[in-house]
Amino acid sequence: MERLLIRGGRLLDPKNKVDGQFDLLIENGKVAQVGRNLPDGGGGARILEAKGKTVVPGLIDMHVHLREPGRPDEETVESGCRAAVAGGFTALGVMPNTDPVTDNQAAIGYIIREAIRAGNSRVYPVGAITKGIKGESLAEMGAMLDAGAVAFTDDGHCVASAEVMRKALTYSLIFGVPMIQHCEDPTLVGDGVMNEGLMSARLGLAGIPAESEEIIVYRDCALARLTGARLHIAHISGRRSVEVVRRFKEEGVKVTAEATPHHFTLTEEEVEGYNTNAKMAPPLRSRADLEALRQGLADGTIDCIASDHAPHHYDEKETAFADAPNGVIGLETSFPVSYTELVLGGVLDLNTLITRMSVTPAAILKLPGGSLGQGDQADVTVLDLDTDWEIDKSKFNSKSRNTPFHGRKVRGRAVATIVGGRQVWKL
Amino acid sequence: MQFTRKHLLGLEELTADEIRMILDTSVPFKEISERQIKKVPVLRGKTIINLFFEPSTRTRTSFEFAEKRLSADTINVGISQSSVVKGETLVDTARNLEAMRIDMVVIRHSASGAPAFLSRRIDSNVINAGDGWHEHPTQGLLDMLTIRDHFGRLEGLKVVIVGDILHSRVARSNIWGLKKMGAEVGVCGPPTLVPRAIASLGVKIYPRIEDVLAEADVLNVLRIQLERMHSNMFPSLGEYNKLYGITTAKLEKAGRDVLILHPGPMNRGVEIDSDVADGGHQVILKQVTNGVAVRMAVLFLLSGGIPAGASEAARMSES
Repeated sequence: MERLLIRGGRLLDPKNKVDGQFDLLIENGKVAQVGRNLPDGGGGARILEAKGKTVVPGLIDMHVHLREPGRPDEETVESGCRAAVAGGFTALGVMPNTDPVTDNQAAIGYIIREAIRAGNSRVYPVGAITKGIKGESLAEMGAMLDAGAVAFTDDGHCVASAEVMRKALTYSLIFGVPMIQHCEDPTLVGDGVMNEGLMSARLGLAGIPAESEEIIVYRDCALARLTGARLHIAHISGRRSVEVVRRFKEEGVKVTAEATPHHFTLTEEEVEGYNTNAKMAPPLRSRADLEALRQGLADGTIDCIASDHAPHHYDEKETAFADAPNGVIGLETSFPVSYTELVLGGVLDLNTLITRMSVTPAAILKLPGGSLGQGDQADVTVLDLDTDWEIDKSKFNSKSRNTPFHGRKVRGRAVATIVGGRQVWKL
Repeated sequence: MQFTRKHLLGLEELTADEIRMILDTSVPFKEISERQIKKVPVLRGKTIINLFFEPSTRTRTSFEFAEKRLSADTINVGISQSSVVKGETLVDTARNLEAMRIDMVVIRHSASGAPAFLSRRIDSNVINAGDGWHEHPTQGLLDMLTIRDHFGRLEGLKVVIVGDILHSRVARSNIWGLKKMGAEVGVCGPPTLVPRAIASLGVKIYPRIEDVLAEADVLNVLRIQLERMHSNMFPSLGEYNKLYGITTAKLEKAGRDVLILHPGPMNRGVEIDSDVADGGHQVILKQVTNGVAVRMAVLFLLSGGIPAGASEAARMSES
């Protein structure tokens, strides 16, 4: 029998309303016991000293691009899972805009096998809503769910047709899994490469109005109401989009939303100097939008934090702004940036942050995890919340370096990550 | 006072003093182009590459004349000749060129920020000859020189840029330069082609040309590109001419003397009618002449020339 005793730390388990000095005994990959001064069972258990540390349910990032198959030079399942556990994440939802697209049963199976082989964080594939992410005909959701998919999205692209989105939502009622929408009306995005406003006018870059998001958020919330299906809004970025989600939630529509650390920490000002590591879709917006995201995370309008980890090769970002691909990486910066900005910044408390980074993503995707009650899967993250450090992209486990947070001073990070009772990361 | 900048990427980052220095230095250089022997040895031994990733006749020719009249060795590379068509990246192109020991790079590129990108990665001086919708600083400078020649000042003048502001690097350089020099700047065009946010730079937005003609001292009339009609920015060239085209009838109705600039090439009968383009209001060909002088001044100052030295340089070949 394999046993691990995490002792001497502060155990924070929001779902079970636990916050205090408790030890955690893990047996055979499950939580066996939570209590004060637990004995190590006659020396049979491995001991993880967590004195001065905070022990939380394993963090879950439901929006990650692992680039495999297709671009193993940017990220593989193996390197992405290593980056995940280094960032404190025990489970990932991975996006289907791979090459070829993850829109069938075999492709889902491939990712799951690669993840098992990598043996770090858990990987839950999200399948494509439409074949080839073309926004036209529905992909085989049932077959993909059988193979292990947990939700569906055409992320990177918006399902632009209202008719197709309605059918996808309606069809999803068979399974009860969420349809995740990348909300950007492609006709309004046009050739846009950054938020539309004074910065885009100054820099001579084509702008993307926040309304391109708001319109799709409203449309799809209305379709979720019409169909009764579950809708999840990926990487919400605009203040009016947040307002729309709040209104539909009040109406009882089954909509959830996520926000990224870059959208609630940075603004369009980061683009100054044509910084391609400030280019992503949707784009960084204004200070008022950033504040609305923080408010939404505090009051629960926004359910969870996801990084939208999007690795790109150095050469591809080393070009003129308009020519650079969208996306930044985030697995190894998500927790420290969120903790520093939101908890130390006075936006929400640690309990709420762990809820947004573990409990709610587990609930949205119906994953085991997000809870450290007796008998629960032993996915655990041990956090050091006292040490100040500086983000250094050269130290990343990810294969890519495209972060907007390089050189940023933060506090807090994962010092140990445990997946299924097995310690897979130690700082 | 010395010009200490290494690159000319845009007018946004220049101070009023620096702009004045370039304009003042242009004046003696203007005279060189009027001579029998149009050459001074100011940049002898310097190598300059004109890197044009976008087609251009006027700007490239103007830079080339400026370089040759200062005795620099110049090479022109156009997009069709470059390795870019073979997939070479911008940064590799630049590094390869620099390995040939080049002193200055004049770059025109369709992507906003391409000159800034280059300037951070190579050691040569970089001169922006127009990048995307961002800036075209030497055009802004030559427009200002032309206006100053006419009025003897820039301060207090009301200058309105007419046309496609959204996609115009000329508009942006004019706005920054003229504002810094104390002019009042307005823009006028179909609202589809005028970014509203530009008002927060202290630029007045005029939706109707009639209001402009009643107030402005100077109009800078931009070229309207046919492709903007195809992307639904306005319904037809005819309607554009009716609403925003500068015609004799509109000028007569305004009954005021307005100086008219155009960066070229002109679409006669669209943004400007032939009788206006060829009539007494305009200084369009003076802009072209001033373009060479301004570019000589920029090359001279960036290569370490001292502003006062410009007139000495101009005198040098007189003997």
